[in-house]
Amino acid sequence: MLHEIKLPDVGTVDPTVTVVRWLVQAGQAIERGAPLLEVETDKSIVTIEATVGGILESIEAEEGAEAATGQVVARIKVAADLGDTGTIELRAGARAETIPLLDLYERMVLIREFEEGVKFLFLEGSMPGTIHQCQGQEASAVGVCAALGPDDVITSTFRGHGHALARGLSIEELLDELFGATTGCCRGKGGSMHVGDLDKGMLPGIAIVGGGIPLAAGMALAIKLRKERHVVACFFGDGAVAEGAFHEGVNLAAIWDLPVVFVCENNLYGASTRVDMIMRVPRISARAAAYGIRGETVDGNDVLAVLEASNRAVAECRQGRGPVLLELLTYRRTGHSRRDACHYQPEKERAEWMARDPIEILARTLIDSGAAAPETLAVIKRRIQAQFQTAVEHARSRPLPSLDELATDVYAQGE
Amino acid sequence: MAVLTFREALNQAMAEEMERDKNVFLMGQEVAQYDGAYKVSQGLLKRFGPERVVDTPISEAGFAGIGVGAAMVGLRPIIEFMTFSFSLVAIDQIVNNAANMRYMSGGQFAVPIVFRGSSGMAGCLAATHSHRLEAWYSQIPGLTVVMPSTPSDAKGLLKSCIRTDDPVVFIEHEVLYHERGEVPEGEHLVPIGKADIKRPGNDVTLITYSRSLKATLAAAEALAADGIDAEVIDLRTIRPLDLDTLLESVVKTHRAVIVEEDWPYCGLGAGISDRITQRVFDELDAPIRRVAAKDAPIPYNKALEASMLPSADRIIAAVRDVLYL
Repeated sequence: MLHEIKLPDVGTVDPTVTVVRWLVQAGQAIERGAPLLEVETDKSIVTIEATVGGILESIEAEEGAEAATGQVVARIKVAADLGDTGTIELRAGARAETIPLLDLYERMVLIREFEEGVKFLFLEGSMPGTIHQCQGQEASAVGVCAALGPDDVITSTFRGHGHALARGLSIEELLDELFGATTGCCRGKGGSMHVGDLDKGMLPGIAIVGGGIPLAAGMALAIKLRKERHVVACFFGDGAVAEGAFHEGVNLAAIWDLPVVFVCENNLYGASTRVDMIMRVPRISARAAAYGIRGETVDGNDVLAVLEASNRAVAECRQGRGPVLLELLTYRRTGHSRRDACHYQPEKERAEWMARDPIEILARTLIDSGAAAPETLAVIKRRIQAQFQTAVEHARSRPLPSLDELATDVYAQGE
Repeated sequence: MAVLTFREALNQAMAEEMERDKNVFLMGQEVAQYDGAYKVSQGLLKRFGPERVVDTPISEAGFAGIGVGAAMVGLRPIIEFMTFSFSLVAIDQIVNNAANMRYMSGGQFAVPIVFRGSSGMAGCLAATHSHRLEAWYSQIPGLTVVMPSTPSDAKGLLKSCIRTDDPVVFIEHEVLYHERGEVPEGEHLVPIGKADIKRPGNDVTLITYSRSLKATLAAAEALAADGIDAEVIDLRTIRPLDLDTLLESVVKTHRAVIVEEDWPYCGLGAGISDRITQRVFDELDAPIRRVAAKDAPIPYNKALEASMLPSADRIIAAVRDVLYL
């Protein structure tokens, strides 16, 4: 069967783009999600991935030609065995007995499937703006959040979908937000970069690099002054440690013994810039010594190692012995944003990290220890995929904000 | 004349000035190996090497300050912010150090630096990534603020800005990078501080800049069909303001509408309106009207964001208002 590849809205204002080059030629095979062509938009040069896998049957927009959003630019022949998997029948009561490890697994799969689903929604043109995704970093979000109680708080960044799902936000409130609907967690006004829900212990994402670090210290100061025992987990990336806000926020938390777990998800790249280009010490955790606090580097793709280290750090903070700096070594399997094709990740490095998939690592542990059968894990994945698809159908018809709501929530009382 | 995109025009300006003056260098996040977040610096690393096309950490206050320091001792840095939204992290360096240095040192130091990068509402990037900071920077004595709207002006003005001995805030609208336009061959300099009359007319003066020029010209054409002859002025430089060109036009038309993507309260148009009113109040046949963004943070939702922008319809309504139609 022939599948039409339509040009998605890649966050442009002018719907016309120019085809720069095709990365696959007619007759060649292409996998779903693999880079297909590059286009020049009104802002930048963007790589478009294939929404289906198969054989590239024809190219409908030559290099140098203009194309508009929604226009068919290629046709891909979908082989029968590569085709749509269709609807999966779920067995009643398929969910296994609840064991914590399986919960961690489910949460990580939830993040992966959400991000993969959103990626294709973006490619299909259903998602506006830009999206910063976290495939490959599921263990750090899930491991840290599993160590927190309901009254603890997390801060996040522009790459916050995983943190939100790990903290307990629903697929629906996140997806509705991405669709710009009033039922989204920020009523359609925050979007992908600013997701959060304070009732669930997550601040809206702080989308300026490093900007959330002083905020986390500030919330922790309030917790300390009120003599509460809550903890703030502050997520940021390796790029943030070059910001002044990192130094100032961590130092203030340190001199006042504030209950913050500073969680640096070191995925090796701040946007496209490799971490060894931006600092001379090999470990971000080594910086803890400069502030007189404890620092620790952990395998961020091993959710059990993350959970153990997080439990330790959270306990220290609750006892007034914080803050703690955790460096979680991990890897981003996608570009920095949907505009970034990730060409700067060397193939060998990428292959090594791809072989250390956090979800597969936990799956092996579960299966080898007899805690779960492969079929149980497969059922979890299918159930989440089905839940995501249902949520997408609902999100498409959710109410959008009216123009009357443009200036609501600017001041407490209106103006 | 060659037809170039906005980004190619900027790229040529930097390359030509780097070729001409070895003190000129480019610094910022992703400008070298990645060719710039918006591909404005494409190929410059290869051509000029890593000492003159410098990748930095995500460290805006740091690299803005390093630029100011380098400029004080004779280099001519071009500092690229991935977007001017991120310049908020570095605003102390731009305002306190770059803008004030010449003044407070009694003229001992020049700070020949260009801060440049993208800006504006650019498609569902929401409140933190859609800032328009032209009014903020234009308020600061000591800064020159430039916002081109065509590839030709982008090139000619950037070259002039790199050569000037004062700190410049050079704001590129994110949605204009792909715009194509004719750019004169050879040495092409556009003077700082000179507005450009894009469409002469007699009935009303439309004052605009950057991305809003397009909607303003569209409005002028629609008005022409109704027999209203609008003059459209592209400011190009925001500070110093080319007040003479504005006054000459207002004295002719007796009516003015200012079109801006900035917020309405204390926005750029407020300052421009004040300047005109102070000088030629008696010439005005109607209060100056402003078509600005609406008074709210920039929303994510597509329709809400679109409602913020000055549209041709809103401009036409404002023109009819000052004409009492």
